[in-house]
Amino acid sequence: MSLTHYLVLAAILFTIGAVGVLVRRNAIVVFMCVELMLNSVNLTLVTFARATGTIDGQIMAFFVMVVAAAEVVVGLAIIMSIYRTRRSASVDDANLLKY
Amino acid sequence: MIEAPDLSLAALTPLISLFGAACIGVLIEAFAPRESRHPAQVAVALVGTVGGLVSTLVLAGTRDGNDVTAGGALAVDGAGLFLQATIAGLGALSILLFAERALDPARSSFVAAAAVPAGSPRDRELLTADRVQTEVYPLATFAIGGMMLFVAANDLLIMFVALEVLSLPLYLISGLARRRRLLSQEAAVKYFLLGAFASAFFLYGLALVYGATGSVRLSTIQESVATAGGDTLMVLGLALLIVGLMFKASVAPFHTWTPDVYQGAPTPVTAFMAACTKVAAFGAILRLLYVGFGTDEWTWRPLVYGIAIVSMVVGAVLGLTQTDLKRMLAYSSIAHAGFLLTGVLGFDAAGESPGLSATLFYLLVYGLTTLGAFAVLTMVRDGDGEATHLSQWAGLAQRSPVVAAVMTLFLLALAGIPLTSGFTGKFAVFRAAIDDGAWPLAVVALLASAVAAFFYLRVVVLMYFSEPVAGGPTVGVPGLPTTIVLAVTAAATLVLGVVPGSVLDLAGQAANLVG
Repeated sequence: MSLTHYLVLAAILFTIGAVGVLVRRNAIVVFMCVELMLNSVNLTLVTFARATGTIDGQIMAFFVMVVAAAEVVVGLAIIMSIYRTRRSASVDDANLLKY
Repeated sequence: MIEAPDLSLAALTPLISLFGAACIGVLIEAFAPRESRHPAQVAVALVGTVGGLVSTLVLAGTRDGNDVTAGGALAVDGAGLFLQATIAGLGALSILLFAERALDPARSSFVAAAAVPAGSPRDRELLTADRVQTEVYPLATFAIGGMMLFVAANDLLIMFVALEVLSLPLYLISGLARRRRLLSQEAAVKYFLLGAFASAFFLYGLALVYGATGSVRLSTIQESVATAGGDTLMVLGLALLIVGLMFKASVAPFHTWTPDVYQGAPTPVTAFMAACTKVAAFGAILRLLYVGFGTDEWTWRPLVYGIAIVSMVVGAVLGLTQTDLKRMLAYSSIAHAGFLLTGVLGFDAAGESPGLSATLFYLLVYGLTTLGAFAVLTMVRDGDGEATHLSQWAGLAQRSPVVAAVMTLFLLALAGIPLTSGFTGKFAVFRAAIDDGAWPLAVVALLASAVAAFFYLRVVVLMYFSEPVAGGPTVGVPGLPTTIVLAVTAAATLVLGVVPGSVLDLAGQAANLVG
């Protein structure tokens, strides 16, 4: 398999994640789709590190993982707090703010 | 053997001051007894931000020429220091707004215990409690530190890390309002999900640019662009990076989160976001476009040109239809983001055009004015918290002439009426755009300003020429912190409108980017 295959796979994963964010209604699933996008970026970075023969891309993948972990902590805390009040994690039920 | 990068501690002092204060804040949260936490946290946060401001100014006074440090990952240049000082100063004023405890009978804008479900008996019990979730101060300090890192980042990876360091605390503190907690939590969820979505776009852009140029260092990218030109991969990456940054700067068409989050978040947090986040995001946009891709201007210029027009039109037109003052100011911030992009486009990496200094000046005056306007919003209240519906402001001048006059000053400045700082700023960015040949943009900007002036002046007319409604809002007597914020922002709005010369000169001297 050539490196291009990995890049195409990463692009497909990124697209699945982006579409998921736009169409799914449960906040947790939307968040998982964002995580999928971040992980597809990791795959892209590692592939490019291999292609350019530098190690930078692999190190950047670690940075992305750490940031994604921090994002999980903050995101789940926010979704939990809204779930405890509303008993629902659907993004359609959160509709008080409009116009 | 790995070589240690050169690290200039002097250049890092502002950042160390902010992040040090934030870490001390976390320790206070862990070890200090609950009663003493609030004053201690406010003091630490203020020392950190004011320390950051002072050390930035000292650094600006003593440095000779532009430089990079930390192995080239951080830029120490005029524009970076000007923006860092702006962020630290506006951040200190925001911390003062956070610390206000005299206005609300509930003793603070922030929730007593965020973990208690909204609307539960325990929550109602805690509404008037003396307790406050004092974690907001270290969180805000981390966010300010992240913003200062963001505008100095000379490397896309550092830019991404700074973007997250500034965003994650903001997601949290926008969900911590004391009153109308459901709205506040909803704002936090929306901000978080859309913010994480936008960061993912920024990150994918970073990966593609890395693949195209073999580096994420802006100076290396610039060299690679200059010699090899832009291939598809790089253009795609740049577009994704721009989308990520425009989201943070709340530029239309990436603005959909802005009205909801501005309305739902506690008003001091909204003030903080409107002022500081905007400065930070535009700092990063300037650096990315001119340091990283300055030699490849014509690939991004048409895109940014279009975005600027959309943002001005969307902000001005949708602002007309708003009935809530916080939402109206949110659309105002979208329109102003468009005006700022006019200044960004009026900058020519090679030439002598005044676009950069105009943008720096505009960011400073817009930040001060919008912070002041939101500070006035915190003072006008009814039994249920802040009275932000437009109809409630009818005849406010008869109830409180001073508050109405101060609000009028801020609204006139946002509209860009002469003798206020807003006029000087707008004049500077429009002139820069015209000088650079982008006169159609300046024409659209003038028309959008005229439309936007209508909704600002409508509030003024409502305050002065309408009969007060029965059972209308009361104007609270602010404590010392809010008074300081109002005095500083009102004085700056007036002074920078009447005698802007020295600050314009300062922005002119600071208007240079490394690399």
